[in-house]
Amino acid sequence: MASLLKLSKMLKSEIDDFLNLVSEAGILFQKGLELYLKENREEFEARLKTITDYERKADELRMNIERQLYLKTLIPENRGDVLAILENTDDVIDTYKETLTKFYVESPEIDNQFNDLFLELGDSTLNSIEWLVRAIRAFFKDFESVNDYIHKVAFYEHECDVAAVKLKQEIFDADLRLSRKMHLRYFAENVESISDAAEAVSDRLAIYAIKRQI
Amino acid sequence: MFFFLSSGAFLGWSLGANDAANVFGTAVGTGMIKFRTAAVLASLCVVVGAVNEGAGGTETLGDLGNINAIAGSFTVALAAALTVTFMTKMKLPVSTSQAVVGAILGWNIFSGYDTDYSILSRIVGTWILCPVLAALFAIGIYKLVKFGLGKIKIHLLTLDAYTRIGLLVVGMLGAYSLGANNVANVVGMFVPASPLSDITLFGDVTFTGTQQLFFLGGIAISVGIFTYSYRVMQTVGKDLFRLSPETAFIIVASHSLVLYLFASEGLRDFFMSIGLAEIPLVPVSSSQAIVGAILGIALIKGARNVNWKMLGGISSGWVTTPVIAGVISYVSLFVMQNVFDLSVFN
Repeated sequence: MASLLKLSKMLKSEIDDFLNLVSEAGILFQKGLELYLKENREEFEARLKTITDYERKADELRMNIERQLYLKTLIPENRGDVLAILENTDDVIDTYKETLTKFYVESPEIDNQFNDLFLELGDSTLNSIEWLVRAIRAFFKDFESVNDYIHKVAFYEHECDVAAVKLKQEIFDADLRLSRKMHLRYFAENVESISDAAEAVSDRLAIYAIKRQI
Repeated sequence: MFFFLSSGAFLGWSLGANDAANVFGTAVGTGMIKFRTAAVLASLCVVVGAVNEGAGGTETLGDLGNINAIAGSFTVALAAALTVTFMTKMKLPVSTSQAVVGAILGWNIFSGYDTDYSILSRIVGTWILCPVLAALFAIGIYKLVKFGLGKIKIHLLTLDAYTRIGLLVVGMLGAYSLGANNVANVVGMFVPASPLSDITLFGDVTFTGTQQLFFLGGIAISVGIFTYSYRVMQTVGKDLFRLSPETAFIIVASHSLVLYLFASEGLRDFFMSIGLAEIPLVPVSSSQAIVGAILGIALIKGARNVNWKMLGGISSGWVTTPVIAGVISYVSLFVMQNVFDLSVFN
């Protein structure tokens, strides 16, 4: 029984580490986006490298947590739900990395007039992820308050939608070649997709929280 | 003599195979506790419970019908076992405790022994009281656990670890209570006619003939646990109830407390010493205690998914089981006396 409590403690700490990585990756993404818009290429690449490391560490943590949950048949009633939460949240950090990588590879030319809206979109994305991480932590420790956090995720996801529509409108109203307009729209949609992923996780979380009631 | 005990051993085997699943079914079915761990602990606790506190229920059954010939004891146990087998085959709800009481009444009628109706009414009263008390215990423990979990904000993984420990503890208490309460069903009818004499162990520890019978009854239950309860546990844990481990903890705890309440002489004496009513020490149905506890939880959650038809079936079993067992017992005693020329009463 002592080993069971020790294992639980270890997994709790790994879940916390995993969520810390997701949260910090969000801050790094926002910082990276800001640096890209300021055309600070060197600092931007440093952030991209850190996010890539975070993504790899998050994968390792997730796989170890999942393996232990199955090997030791822990939380039999909630195991599937926890696995889905971890995997879908891992998708969020993957999307962060992929989006920044696309900026790195494709180097879209972003005129200064779009900077504020890109940053506003990034800001709302960061907020949606922050509240998602809080909702997930609550699922483990205080499932009755999960809905309070989910509500915030939905709010910031909507803010992202609004900012993205505005950004895309401005892109298509601007005097640019169609190919550039489409390229920029593609990047706006990429950033927007992160909060969509957060909302998808939070929707599942709402159901899983109901299942946790005894 | 061992041939005559075989019907009791069969009853014990069937009890172990079925009722151990009530105690450890969810824990094993959901993979929270390994079957081997559950089987070893359940067997040990059943034997200790039977030897230590099996006397209370046995005394009450003895007061109902003092079966004074070993062939009579054999036939009564056989009649109860046949009733349980027949009703299980017919997919009717059945309780070993109720079958045993019916079979004893059959012996009373056959032998002309006067049935003490005040004892009979106390026994029947406990059949109703058992699921009701289990439901009340379940409601109380559920509220307590829900309140506690709301206050403490325990991590899902810590809760899982504590639930495993809790299931193990209440499972052991459940197995102990099962041995203490239900061993009377298995060997109670053999006690008045027991040919076993007292044995002195280690110079000053006396192992009475009755305790030896309880020990054998406990062993029979343990054999049932080891040989057949795994399948029943898988059914109970995965198919039948689909309980969350936390709910399973509440239900097994309620079941175990109720069985212990109807088995412990110490608890009965304590309640009487503080001016409360005397608790009759009667073998009760482990399955009905479980059903009562589940019903309690269902009621507190709004009674949306309660299968009232099934509950009606259980209530009808309170009448049909003893009647069928009584008839089988009477006919079997007649056959034993007149066909095999055995003395079934003195």
